[in-house]
Amino acid sequence: MSDPTDHVELRSAYADSVALLQVSRDVQAVPGVATAQVAMATPLNLEVLASMGFDVPSAATPNDMVVAVRTAPDGDLSAALAAVDAALAPRRPAAGGGAVESHRTTASALAEAPGLALVSVPGASAFVEAMDALDAGCDVMVFSDNVPVEQEVTLKRTAAERGRLVMGPDCGTAVVGGLGLGFANATRPGPVGIVAASGTGCQQLLALLDHAGVGVGTALGVGGRDLSAEVGGLSTTEALRRLDEDDAVELVVLVSKPPADEVATRIEEYAAGLGTPVQLALLGPGRPDLTVAAEAVLDRLGTTPPAWPVDGAAAAGRGGRLHGLFAGGTLCEESRLIAAEAGVPSAGSSFTDFGADDYTSGRAHPMIDPTLRLEHLRQVAADPGTGVVLLDVVLGHGADPDPAATLAPAITGLDVPVVVTVVGTGLDPQDRDRQVGALVAAGAEVHLSNATATRRAVELAGGAR
Amino acid sequence: MTAVPDRVVTTGADLLADAVAAQAVPVERVDWRPPMAGTEADLATVAGDPRRRTANEAALAAVLGVTAHLVDVAPASELLGLEPGQFLHAGPPITWDRAAGPLRGALMGGAALEGLVEDPEDAVRLFESGGSVSLDPCHHHGAVGPMAGVVTPSMWMFVLEDLATGRRTHCTLNEGLGKVLRYGAYGPEVLTRLRWMGDVLGPLLQGAVRAVRDSHGPVDVTGILTQMLQMGDEAHNRNRAGTLMLLRDLSPSMVTGGGDSVDVAEALAFVGGNDHFFLNLAMPACKLALDAARGTEGSTMVVAMARNGTDFGIQTAGTGDEWFTGPAQVADGLFLGDYGPDDANPDIGDSAITETAGIGGFAMATAPAIVRLVGGTVPDALATTRRMHEITLGENPRWSVPVLDFRGVPTGIDVTRVCRTGILPQINTGMAGRRAGVGQVGAGLVTPPAEIFPRALARLAELAGRTPA
Repeated sequence: MSDPTDHVELRSAYADSVALLQVSRDVQAVPGVATAQVAMATPLNLEVLASMGFDVPSAATPNDMVVAVRTAPDGDLSAALAAVDAALAPRRPAAGGGAVESHRTTASALAEAPGLALVSVPGASAFVEAMDALDAGCDVMVFSDNVPVEQEVTLKRTAAERGRLVMGPDCGTAVVGGLGLGFANATRPGPVGIVAASGTGCQQLLALLDHAGVGVGTALGVGGRDLSAEVGGLSTTEALRRLDEDDAVELVVLVSKPPADEVATRIEEYAAGLGTPVQLALLGPGRPDLTVAAEAVLDRLGTTPPAWPVDGAAAAGRGGRLHGLFAGGTLCEESRLIAAEAGVPSAGSSFTDFGADDYTSGRAHPMIDPTLRLEHLRQVAADPGTGVVLLDVVLGHGADPDPAATLAPAITGLDVPVVVTVVGTGLDPQDRDRQVGALVAAGAEVHLSNATATRRAVELAGGAR
Repeated sequence: MTAVPDRVVTTGADLLADAVAAQAVPVERVDWRPPMAGTEADLATVAGDPRRRTANEAALAAVLGVTAHLVDVAPASELLGLEPGQFLHAGPPITWDRAAGPLRGALMGGAALEGLVEDPEDAVRLFESGGSVSLDPCHHHGAVGPMAGVVTPSMWMFVLEDLATGRRTHCTLNEGLGKVLRYGAYGPEVLTRLRWMGDVLGPLLQGAVRAVRDSHGPVDVTGILTQMLQMGDEAHNRNRAGTLMLLRDLSPSMVTGGGDSVDVAEALAFVGGNDHFFLNLAMPACKLALDAARGTEGSTMVVAMARNGTDFGIQTAGTGDEWFTGPAQVADGLFLGDYGPDDANPDIGDSAITETAGIGGFAMATAPAIVRLVGGTVPDALATTRRMHEITLGENPRWSVPVLDFRGVPTGIDVTRVCRTGILPQINTGMAGRRAGVGQVGAGLVTPPAEIFPRALARLAELAGRTPA
């Protein structure tokens, strides 16, 4: 045999996308394996498998697990499959001998003792698990995306009737009394409370305020659609009420992607009636960006805003299209708005949010799984019409433990200038300084502020002057 | 309001649980898996039904609020108004042409007992013609029947009553093991025993039950169940302690009731020597409790599981009298003598009403003495009861399991939890021979066919969808 060999099988099994990402990586590392992909057979993953050249049986459904392994000419398939089995093997002790099986629903786990529920199952099942939490009288954070908006409304109406809080869906960041949930940066406790209808918007504020020496005790993520007309700010209202009752909170910041006008008006009225001042950071055309909002917060607290750090320097611009490839939805939106106001210098520029539902069905979020974004980076960097690439790297609990390890090699040696926003703090498990150092060494220019990074990218897209 | 949570329950990605654990907050990880195929939308509809939570709370409270007392013993003709030619049977409705061997055998024996035919074999033509006979589920008449569950007018039945409401349920007297009608045997010894039960045992029990009722108050069957669960009975396949406690309550009055002493001795020996005698009181006690939840609109709780040897059917509190059925399965367990899996009929009987109420297979942990009979180990038994808590709405504080630190038995099977987890109710069962006339061939464990739960769920979703939110 001299050709590589493909092995594709379907298994009736389930594992979450993060676990399968790890399985795929473990198997790829086995000697003799050319490439491997173990994933649930969602349409997106089938596309990925097809692009890798695997031939997946048409009978595959999203409930099937696809094990696809390509062995090198001298590779040993049985060793590769043994590695798949080993990586998939349950870590929990088998039943019997007094071992207690884990609970199978949020309801049964909460029946034993109450707690905060954190739901991250696929979107089609998230509602049911979240409702379990409300039925048990508990607050819930819905990390899942792809949750239908009408289910979100039902969930939040139910929570409002019972005085409970639903965090999320579609905003995977919260800090509750200092505990980071989902994608949250490690911060010091402090006088600021955040209500966020925007996950990475919240993280940008956490990072900027941390850099300025101001701590955040609690940040409640209320879901990217909470201030839409359909949802009507149900969770925002409850989150504001809770922060208002918290004596440790001196100032509340409400951050959101562009809200529905009538909802924004109603929330502004509600906020005005609270005892704690509320600083609005609502993105939108003609509205201040997040960095300006952070500076306003610092002003109100009597702290002078610092100069926002910039490390490294991008290569001189040759002019051309600006391609923004984002893991953070709000950062993507903010860059789009800033670029539009500046008049993006050439047609064909793009702003892509790889955390959007289309890219995460049955796949881990790009803050965990860089595969799709790295593939796009390769494509746009190879295009001579590209003038500049703008990227974000979001650190914190739950995120890729070392994003620079895959991103820096992909940047190294590119002709096109690369500007990166690294959102994070010195306390984050990834260590922001170390990440920045690796990216700068690869030739990138690294900002803490997404707004300054975007303005710099716009400038570079205009070309050398 | 915004303090650090004492405990976080994570459902989904381990990575997020790891991040919480890394911050030194206790984490409970739910072992979530996708629901039964195609149920996501119905699950969401039902979960969003504003009636569901309170309906299920009400249904569970209704079940737990019932106590069953033994108030009478009398023939089915008197109690249920059964006329000659009327036959009740276990499970969802069925016709002769689809009836399995054991049900046919029991019907044939029942026809001979009632004198409709001379020889049970002659009854085949009678049932095929269908002219002067009718079949109807026990469940439609306030009754439950073990195995084939055949009830004829002359059979004597226990009467259980919820004293608070006066509601009643009924069950025939247990015939013992081996060649018995409920397992489909109909030989001469079967009919002889049934005639003795009608002529001697029934009247003696009637006298004793009435005397106890009128002097000390009726026997508290729910209370005996409480005690027997602490004594190693799960009240489906093991009823030894319960049987003896019943005998303790009734025997003085049987002895002083004025009956012939030889008859009394024979009756006491029959009851005391039949370890399953109490099953026929446990079953109607469970039905009495579960019936209290029937008609609770919006409730997803199962109120009956029953099999006729061909179909396995369930009913739920929120779907009226509709049955959701699928093919009954063959139990997995141990066989008597030379019998093997090929000899066994698919699952049969109303006795799964015990599991529906939280005992039997659901209380397996309390009965380590029978785990081998039903083909398991003691750790399996503990795991089974714990697993059933995953699919039930609550637990029964009255019926507790010592070895699980007196936790109440899992009670109120929730159709949505079954569909979400794929965990099927565990039923302890006897196995009847496939051919009419054979009798019992073994005992073991069985589950309902999985598809009936998505079927019930779909109907619940349909009803929820029609309700204005």
